[in-house]
Amino acid sequence: MEINRRDFLKVSAGGGLMLASTLSPIPALAREPKVRLPEAVGILYDATVCVGCKACMAACKEYNHLPPEYSTPGSVWDNPLDLSAKTYNIVKLYKNGTGQVKDREINGYSYIRRFCMHCVDPACTSACPVSALTKDPKTGAVKYNKDVCIGCRYCQVACPYNIPKFQWDQAFPQIQKCELCYHRMAQGSYPACCEFCPNGGSIFGDVQHLLEEAKRRLALEPGKMAAYPLHRVDSREMRHRIVTPYQKHLFGEKDGGGSQVLILAGVPCDKLGLPILPDESTAATSETIMHSLYKGMIAPYVVLGALFYIVYKNTTKQDLP
Amino acid sequence: MVEESQSLDGKVITKPFMVLAALVLVGVILMLYRYLFGLGAVTNLSDGYPWGLWITYDVLVGTALGCGGYAMALLVYIFNRWEYHPLVRSAILTSVFGYTLAGLAIFLDIGRYWNGYNLFLPWHVNFNSVLVEVALCIAAYVAILWIELAPTVLAGHHQNPKAREARESLERWLPVIVALGILLPTMHQSSLGTLMIIAGHKLSPLWQTGLLPLFFLLSAITMGFAVTIFESILSSLAFKRPFETPMIAKVGGVMAWIIGVYLVIRLLDLLVRGQMGLIFQGNLNSFMFILENLCYLVAFILMVQPASRDQLRWLFVASTAMLLAGSLYRFNAFLVGFNPGPGWSYFPALPEIFITLGIIALELMGYLYFVKRYPVLPKIEHA
Repeated sequence: MEINRRDFLKVSAGGGLMLASTLSPIPALAREPKVRLPEAVGILYDATVCVGCKACMAACKEYNHLPPEYSTPGSVWDNPLDLSAKTYNIVKLYKNGTGQVKDREINGYSYIRRFCMHCVDPACTSACPVSALTKDPKTGAVKYNKDVCIGCRYCQVACPYNIPKFQWDQAFPQIQKCELCYHRMAQGSYPACCEFCPNGGSIFGDVQHLLEEAKRRLALEPGKMAAYPLHRVDSREMRHRIVTPYQKHLFGEKDGGGSQVLILAGVPCDKLGLPILPDESTAATSETIMHSLYKGMIAPYVVLGALFYIVYKNTTKQDLP
Repeated sequence: MVEESQSLDGKVITKPFMVLAALVLVGVILMLYRYLFGLGAVTNLSDGYPWGLWITYDVLVGTALGCGGYAMALLVYIFNRWEYHPLVRSAILTSVFGYTLAGLAIFLDIGRYWNGYNLFLPWHVNFNSVLVEVALCIAAYVAILWIELAPTVLAGHHQNPKAREARESLERWLPVIVALGILLPTMHQSSLGTLMIIAGHKLSPLWQTGLLPLFFLLSAITMGFAVTIFESILSSLAFKRPFETPMIAKVGGVMAWIIGVYLVIRLLDLLVRGQMGLIFQGNLNSFMFILENLCYLVAFILMVQPASRDQLRWLFVASTAMLLAGSLYRFNAFLVGFNPGPGWSYFPALPEIFITLGIIALELMGYLYFVKRYPVLPKIEHA
């Protein structure tokens, strides 16, 4: 009952192929990174302009019908400590040392607004087994459909920003996240956070225009007067203010494959709690592995055929069940 | 047809059986609580750690412990090593329980279980999702395992001519079933590793690598061999049967070489990615990495030398070390090495642990019932 030499070769060859396809640095079926949709819309958040008034938080709760969150004992109004199934949007504070100067890393402070980044190549939509999370083919908003969601929470594992939230206290829970107010966009309006931002800290618009606007701001000379549009990037309503220095990093232009929400700040983004991400989305990496092994189910069928042949030969030679 | 297996014909309801039943009861009550008041009521899961003990133990470790049937089928049917055939039945039985309960545990863990059927509707399924591959493959494999177990059950009713007939027609399909029974675990055990690729920076580079699928596959096969050895020794002790030492020692020898290959690739991968430094940081991740790979090394050293693996004691230690190593690897790659960012932490809640204990107890009860009622364990050769 020795291993038949030919069978051994066959098995080793099959195993070797599988090994090679996993080990190979440039897999045959690399999933190309997704590019920005031509009509994608998004939000530009400028931490140097934001005054931390939290009007966006109040507006978000109102227009998404979210309940208040009482996070400290005896609190009488909404004061969430972080994003949750009840809070899609939050303004947080960075503070260092004496915290004297706004938008300065050392001995300064900065606001940072956190909500769904609406990634160009979202990990959550790639992870979702039942397409409950999808990217709108036109606007690019990442939307949730509770009617198909199975509550597996793989989206939470996948999201580099920990955005999707789960209703842990519910018997019939849902995933909750910012959907870029697509219900308001469907009525010709735009996200509530931008409409109610009084200072131009958050502006809505076509991602192409937002990218241009962000680059214009990065080129401004600190200390000079400059105009900042309010609510929308194409707005004629302007606010004039003295330019404060920016970090030369437009977060979301390329980070994690890019996002439709763009962030500018005076303090490095990783200090503000944003992750440091490579230029490729993990969705592309994951799908490359899956497509290399399973595209058209060709490899599994070939392996199955080989396995069947070997098992058949080995069992018929035996006098055993 | 030579019968090479036999049933134990002992009493099913024994004291240990009742203790297990009590654990199952506690688990069932806590499960009801979970369905009434949500996952937060019985677990310490959070938006930072959405997957905890149930996914890591019940699904990842549970199915790996259920890889005995897979590993033995590879050895017997593919590498044509029929001398190990007497071990196949009990290995398949452990696999049946490991996998079936992992499949059920998923329904405990998913929040919107009533939508679960969407996984089987092609117009909803997202074929880019690694989880789809895992879910469909595990579901199919559970079905295959029960078919593989069917001849044993039918053999238990050998007086019945219908059972005999069914068994014979089933055996004609054997090559297809066995081929599927090898393909499916190869697919989903590797995909369990691929699951974490998308988590990117949230998983420590000690575990985050493009080779995750390969490492999960190799560790599943080695755990499959280890669990077969472990189970053989324990059932010999528990049911006062002679030990199957020469046979299981040889399985240990096969296992050692796969562990060796695994360890070499594992270290080379860290070296190539330039992450060796992370081993010596003195933090929890380094400690767990060292512990995990020490267990691998112990299993390798004990199994690779005939002098130690031929001794039952060392064989037992080695298989235990291997089971620990593979389990630690899975816990590390999904929980310990997973860091969603500052402010999050996770350790399973007591009810969460008790539900898992209830599932393990149910598994053991099923095993005890089957080996006593059906011809599962190898027949003792009387001299």
